[in-house]
Amino acid sequence: MSDLTGLTLKAALDGLASKSFSSEEITQAHVTAVADSRPLNAFVIETPDKALEMARASDARRAKGEAGPLDGAPLGIKDLFCTEGVESTAGSMILRGFRPAYESTVTSNLWRDGAVMLGKLNMDEFAMGSSNETSAWGPAVNPWRAAGGNAQLTPGGSSGGSASAVAAQLCLGATATDTGGSIRQPAAFTGTVGIKPTYGRCSRWGIVAFASSLDQAGPMARTVEDTAILLKSMAGHDPKDTTSIDAEVPDFASFCGKSVKGLRVGIPKEYRVDGMPAEIDALWEQGIAWLKEAGCEIVEVSLPHTKYALPAYYIIAPAEASSNLARYDGMRYGLRVDGANLTETYENTRAQGFGAEVKRRILIGTYVLSAGYYDAYYLKALKVRRRIADDFDQAWQTCDALLTPTAPSAAFALGEKSDDPVAMYLNDIFTVTVNLAGLPGMSVPAGIDANGLPLGLQLIGRNLDEGTLFSLGSAIEKAADFRAKPAKWW
Amino acid sequence: MAIDAATVRKVARLARIAEPEDRLEPLARELSGILNWIEQLSEVDTDDVEPMTTSVAMKLPMREDVVTDGGDPAKVLGNAPKSDRGFFVVPKVVE
Repeated sequence: MSDLTGLTLKAALDGLASKSFSSEEITQAHVTAVADSRPLNAFVIETPDKALEMARASDARRAKGEAGPLDGAPLGIKDLFCTEGVESTAGSMILRGFRPAYESTVTSNLWRDGAVMLGKLNMDEFAMGSSNETSAWGPAVNPWRAAGGNAQLTPGGSSGGSASAVAAQLCLGATATDTGGSIRQPAAFTGTVGIKPTYGRCSRWGIVAFASSLDQAGPMARTVEDTAILLKSMAGHDPKDTTSIDAEVPDFASFCGKSVKGLRVGIPKEYRVDGMPAEIDALWEQGIAWLKEAGCEIVEVSLPHTKYALPAYYIIAPAEASSNLARYDGMRYGLRVDGANLTETYENTRAQGFGAEVKRRILIGTYVLSAGYYDAYYLKALKVRRRIADDFDQAWQTCDALLTPTAPSAAFALGEKSDDPVAMYLNDIFTVTVNLAGLPGMSVPAGIDANGLPLGLQLIGRNLDEGTLFSLGSAIEKAADFRAKPAKWW
Repeated sequence: MAIDAATVRKVARLARIAEPEDRLEPLARELSGILNWIEQLSEVDTDDVEPMTTSVAMKLPMREDVVTDGGDPAKVLGNAPKSDRGFFVVPKVVE
């Protein structure tokens, strides 16, 4: 039954509906694949017993004719989502052993619709990283390898475990989160599809907070349609999150395969950065040609403040993080490392519980918010953020969506960039603008480079217009006909 | 703007993170590198620009002023590093 792990989510749901196989069968196939995948370090907490129990309950519901939209489909959950009674660590030592007494809204929505949980997926600590190397569990590994090499590559980050697990067919789809590119860059690095919806589409309740004005959950899967099916279940208004948008959640899957004729697609000239590999530029041109062939009108647009997005992000995100992560004080949950007095206990707990990158960002955030620097850094960054959002508003006067590369390179080797924080931050150069403006963005696999590694194209849409992204994304998917798969070495 | 070891010591204290003396210089270099890169924001004209704190344009929603949760101390204390008879046990705060 191992071929059950090769199905798309859509095909699996069809197979479950026609009773070609049971949820227990397809879940068992995935449980076996997960147990067999430890060299990938994608799953950090495996819950096979819970998975099979949920699968049997799903089969019972289906037998009674009460199956939900995702009933019986085994999924992986990024370890940033709180799952009731199941360890939730956010990739951090400080939360080792933390078992939430509640379930996040997004995962509750998935279980409401019948999905099955296989376990928790690796990630950069508190979602701070672009290579999964800041995880207290060690990095997840990309199932893809360069042709003729066996160097271990990063699956990207922070949702590296989600990307690795989906690409290696360990689950039919996965939840992920994106604060600066953490869904889209890993999707591009692993030949998978990922969408960060409009800020406010998915509730942040029960997701461990990193930078609250930027954090947004979204799905990763192997096809555009599969992400549409997952997002439909994950999204929705939630009174427990004050920034949750009270808007109707459309049937996203109905946008897949819809004609894109007449849509105006903008090409932002500022995304042609120095030093971009020729292959990525060529892929972008190819993407433009595909959309033209599909009937889109291509428009040149300008987003003049693009180059300031990353520096603004590296003030805003650490500032919010330094405030959000103040809660890890060793008193009510998580690690406690005793000291001679209360202050020393706080200081020891946080020194031992947080990894180097998290500490670095807390220190930057504390610095830019400290007396005398608030206006020069934080307030300035918030004003630049407005400029960036205004750029997009301007672009929407002449186009309906934007097409860009997702990342400035293919997957790189683990360890290659871990010594230089700024070089690592530049991974998010094409993705971070979208978070600052709150817009939806999607990465679609579009080709492979000379080393046989996947590359992705990014689509950016208007607020709440994920539908157009699903239409354009499936047009690119169809034209690219991306069928390459990583050869199994794990 | 360059950060020195003394500034790192002060910021680490504010952030309640113990940093050993021999880490202060390397951290000062790292943080200065990041802040120098961030300096390019000063090129952007932001006169008369309203700071943007959120991308969601909506009024802060209010909920009914009613009790919706609680009454379960066992759950609340379930992850406590130390607890006793329904309380969190913390280091002595007042001498």
